Amino acid sequence: MTSASIALNRFGLGAQGVQSAPDRPRVWLLDQLSEFDPAPRPIAARPTGADAAKDFLAYRAAQRNARRGQRDLTSLEDASDGLRQVLRGYFRGARQSYIADVGARAQAAVESNAPFVERMVHFWSNHFTVSVAKRQASAFAGPYEFGAIRPHVLGKFGDMLRATALHPAMLLYLDQLQSVGPNSVGARFRNGRRRDPNQNQVGLNENLAREIFELHTLGVDGGYAQSDVTEFARALTGFTLAGLPFLRNAIELGNGVAFADLVHEPGSRTIMGQTYRQSGGEQALAILSDLSRHPATARHIATKLARHFSSDDPPPSLVTRLETVFLETDGDLPSLYRTLIEAPEPWQNGAMKFRTPWEWSIASLRATGTTGINPRIFTGMQSELGQVVWGAPSPAGYPDLAKDWAAPDALVRRIEVAARIAGNARPSSVPTLARNLFPDSLGEPTATAIARAESPRQGLALLLSSPEMMRR
Amino acid sequence: MSMINRRKFVAGSALFGGAALAFPHMAFAQADTDRRLLFILQRGAADGLATLAPVGEPAFAKQRGGLAEDYADVAQLDGLFALHPAFAKVGAMYAEGQALFVQAIASSYRERSHFDGQNLLETGGNKAYALRDGWLNRLVGLLPEGRNRALALSPSVPMILQGSHPVSSYAPSALPQADEGLIDRIAQLYESDPQLRGLLSDALKTRAMAGDSQMRDLRDAESAGTLAASLMKEPEGARVMMMESDGWDSHAGQRFQFRNLASRLDTMMGAFQAEMGADWGNTLVIVATEFGRTVALNGTGGTDHGTGGAMLLLGGAVNGGRILADWPGLRQGDLYEERDLRPTGSTEAHIAGAIAAHFRIEPQLAMRTLFPDRTSRPVEGLLRA
Repeated sequence: MTSASIALNRFGLGAQGVQSAPDRPRVWLLDQLSEFDPAPRPIAARPTGADAAKDFLAYRAAQRNARRGQRDLTSLEDASDGLRQVLRGYFRGARQSYIADVGARAQAAVESNAPFVERMVHFWSNHFTVSVAKRQASAFAGPYEFGAIRPHVLGKFGDMLRATALHPAMLLYLDQLQSVGPNSVGARFRNGRRRDPNQNQVGLNENLAREIFELHTLGVDGGYAQSDVTEFARALTGFTLAGLPFLRNAIELGNGVAFADLVHEPGSRTIMGQTYRQSGGEQALAILSDLSRHPATARHIATKLARHFSSDDPPPSLVTRLETVFLETDGDLPSLYRTLIEAPEPWQNGAMKFRTPWEWSIASLRATGTTGINPRIFTGMQSELGQVVWGAPSPAGYPDLAKDWAAPDALVRRIEVAARIAGNARPSSVPTLARNLFPDSLGEPTATAIARAESPRQGLALLLSSPEMMRR
Repeated sequence: MSMINRRKFVAGSALFGGAALAFPHMAFAQADTDRRLLFILQRGAADGLATLAPVGEPAFAKQRGGLAEDYADVAQLDGLFALHPAFAKVGAMYAEGQALFVQAIASSYRERSHFDGQNLLETGGNKAYALRDGWLNRLVGLLPEGRNRALALSPSVPMILQGSHPVSSYAPSALPQADEGLIDRIAQLYESDPQLRGLLSDALKTRAMAGDSQMRDLRDAESAGTLAASLMKEPEGARVMMMESDGWDSHAGQRFQFRNLASRLDTMMGAFQAEMGADWGNTLVIVATEFGRTVALNGTGGTDHGTGGAMLLLGGAVNGGRILADWPGLRQGDLYEERDLRPTGSTEAHIAGAIAAHFRIEPQLAMRTLFPDRTSRPVEGLLRA
């Protein structure tokens, strides 16, 4: 692969059909750091996290009113009467909002002149996963990426960590809303008055604390113990949605989030030998800040970045370089991106990464110059291709390894979608397009197959299914 | 009658005390590969007390009200339990000794979130998200190379099959099929690319086995069952397969919803058995769910998230016609947290025991590979010797 092709495909999201190859690939990538638009037109029009949280609380209030003797109700098909209407109304609206958000994300990616930075948005969004596999998160996933990831993609890692951990979407997704300090004023009052044994006792939920350690910062071997998870969970108590009726004295923090001292576990916390004596929400913020500059975090993030831009088994030299820069710059993300661009490893020959369904779809649409994406069709297509957008099966996000995407049936589905995209496109010259997409890097078998195609459409379907297109 | 005494062992499960003798001449290193395993995950917490109703227990009718009427005309399987009437084909398997029911069991999960409960049941970890791969994928690693083909009958690979061992997925799709001319040209284009060539040929093989079903999805139960069997019975077919059965979360109007889903599952299993033909004799089907439901009906004719539930083992390989339950009883004091069927057995121990016997894997090895950090021993004697 030539440098131009690597810049376009491995770093970027694929060439836009008519775009000429960048003369100076590294400069082209570096320039994107100042050209990126955090809120391009399709995205600026979408609801924020605060909007999603407000709708959600209105739904919860309506649900409480409609519910008689039903607990833990999460499914829609089987509810009855008023409750059914409340549920159906909310989840239908949430689904529509989700589809529109997916459409906006895809449109922004297809149109972007800073595709490398768009890729980084997708990368971080997956790193700090909020998944619609938990259905209640449907209306939140888009606002989350648009509000917590995009504004920080060219900032500090620590700022993004804080924005994601304390976003309404994450608080909902990882059960922070249920987490209450066992010795907080609120818990003592509630548990003391509990008459009905079927009513759950309120207490600590460790999900968010555990995943921040394991997935977002230190990594699974990052040197923390279960007792540290519990301590961090205690520190995180109090962060909740703004506008909860039973937490009237909560301090609004903006973006739909509030801190309620009433349910915060009192006292100082000790995490990995470090004591935090701050009171209220300051305590968790101090811990997050320390986590964001911890050496284990630097190592974890460096490994994931190196894997994304080199190969499934990232070269240790690249990991070490990124790790050093992370620590030296206090997690300055543009510095990390510059390191990647300037390092030799990502520029080595051969497409080493198998494209995910998302990457392949966006590259195909950029290639064929689609201007108006139909959000509903695009969303369905992603699900047929095996990667529901913002739908990772667990908080770990979608894997970044070829074995998870290079699957037999998934490949045939790509070919089917390729045929469909080609059927809707009006390709002028497929050989020219092919050379544009992979400057001086098009393999002889693909060039021959395209040259021998029986129609431009078949030629385009072959190009979109080609080995060059499947990898980056 | 002494049938409903607390903690009575039903249907001779006490016999398993001597089950160490069940593996007399077994060569543990060599797995038996004529064997087929189909795992069906009932998502949404299927109500085990509706599947296998303890009609011999007076508290059942009292707690379940109208729902208990479904079993009025059903013959009891033993002194205590009756199978839901929608499970006609499964009932026939039971009569043939090819269905085994396990009642009052649960995985090690004790909270009540579908999301976490399913993750635990799929990863086999002791906690939700403790493990990042699925136990069915780890099982693939215990089977001999070349005869361990694993397939998810699903548009993507569910958690239970994700991991380091290669697995495929297949599902009929709504996508228009690419024409053969294009596929031929792509096959030619992939000739010099070993990875893509291998993937494409594997996919085309699977599709050929599936036949031209005209299916767009897996909604039709009869076709889904037939499709599953056609992907397993061929010599090159899947040895391990996973299917999902969605929608069991019956918070309201459970009577109709459960009957509907049970009937779908029953139809699917009937079609699967018929299509498997002679290979049914080498087949084990496990039907399990993330947790059970509350014993009492709620205010809307449904049940809420509970704990203890039921599991079905089907297939010619099963030592069936029996119900296994260390029955805890349904009186208020018998219940788990005063609301749920108390689990007295381990879902994982039954799955590991059945799979170990089926594939001739040493039971403890199966247990610690599939479900690490459990204290319960794999249950033996679930399959025919």
